Amino acid sequence: MKLSFSAGALAALTLMAVSALAPVPFETAKAAGLPSPSATVKIGDLTIEQPWSRATPGGAKVGGGYLRITNTGKEPDRLVGGSFPLAERVEIHEMSMVDNVMRMKPVDGGLDIAPGASVELKPGGYHLMFMDLKEPLKDGQSLKGTLVFEKAGTVEVTYTVRGMGGQETAPMQHKH
Amino acid sequence: MVVRRSLLLPLLVFLTAAIFLLATLLLVLPDPKPSGSASRVPIGGPFQLTSQEGKPFSSDSLKGKPFAIFFGFTHCPEVCPTTLYDLTQDLTTMGKDADKLNVVFVTIDPEQDTPDLMKTYLSSFDPRIIGLSGTPDQIAATAKAYKVFYEKVPTDSGYTMNHTATIFLMDSKGDFYGSSNFQEPQETRRQKLQNLVKNG
Repeated sequence: MKLSFSAGALAALTLMAVSALAPVPFETAKAAGLPSPSATVKIGDLTIEQPWSRATPGGAKVGGGYLRITNTGKEPDRLVGGSFPLAERVEIHEMSMVDNVMRMKPVDGGLDIAPGASVELKPGGYHLMFMDLKEPLKDGQSLKGTLVFEKAGTVEVTYTVRGMGGQETAPMQHKH
Repeated sequence: MVVRRSLLLPLLVFLTAAIFLLATLLLVLPDPKPSGSASRVPIGGPFQLTSQEGKPFSSDSLKGKPFAIFFGFTHCPEVCPTTLYDLTQDLTTMGKDADKLNVVFVTIDPEQDTPDLMKTYLSSFDPRIIGLSGTPDQIAATAKAYKVFYEKVPTDSGYTMNHTATIFLMDSKGDFYGSSNFQEPQETRRQKLQNLVKNG
């Protein structure tokens, strides 16, 4: 009884301590620009935020890649491709829903990132297609890939794999 | 007499129109029940396909229970896994009621989606979900019955598909009961599934 009480109390205290402390290192890391799983990266005038992907079902050969690209410069640039460790190829596609029909189309010639613009690659719109997956993507994985821009060049990004119900809003972080 | 005669034709026209209008109203108005057999929506019908176990599976196999059916393919990055994931969550939430309906996923990409691949793919979802494949002709006939549109879209390295993303809710006789889709709020979709189990 005593043991379970103290264990419970310890757990509660730990939880309190963690929840009290947790926001601090996160903010510090952010302010200091330290790398974190879905860290913001910059290349030239481009800022790339929150790269994420979604866990895929067994046998699935494709996955989606999502992120936000902001061009703070005065020149337009263009996302022309990239790479992903578990995929043969990365393509840029656009999804749309018209009269209950889901439509997919490859974005020919790359995706324009106009000066001052923020382009969102997200479910239901522009997205990266990870083609010919070698194995399924699993919830919680952190995978390094690249993005290739016409002018800014190649930049490394780290995708966080979210659960299959993953949507646009960032889910609660959970550690295993 | 002359006056009367000249009135006869307009009167006749008026009466005919009135009767026609009344008849139309009678046909249209008493139609609040979507399950009414007189107002059957022409969506659905017989089909012959193959289950993920490689066994023949026809529309008769679904008789007696309402079902939710939708069309997609395994090389689908978003709509299909999301819909299957949502329906898996729904079935879990429904508890025992979940056994009172069937959930069916039909591929519109029979070239790539063999029963084997369907089985592997569906192993990530609720084991009660039925995955159907077939010959291109069988798939085309099934899609036609459900008024489902699909087409190949060439990509840099192969092809992807455009397709209807509707979840058709069918009653225990295989008649159209209602519809939902992956964009609908979870609560709305679950309510529809509950209604289908109760009334379909």
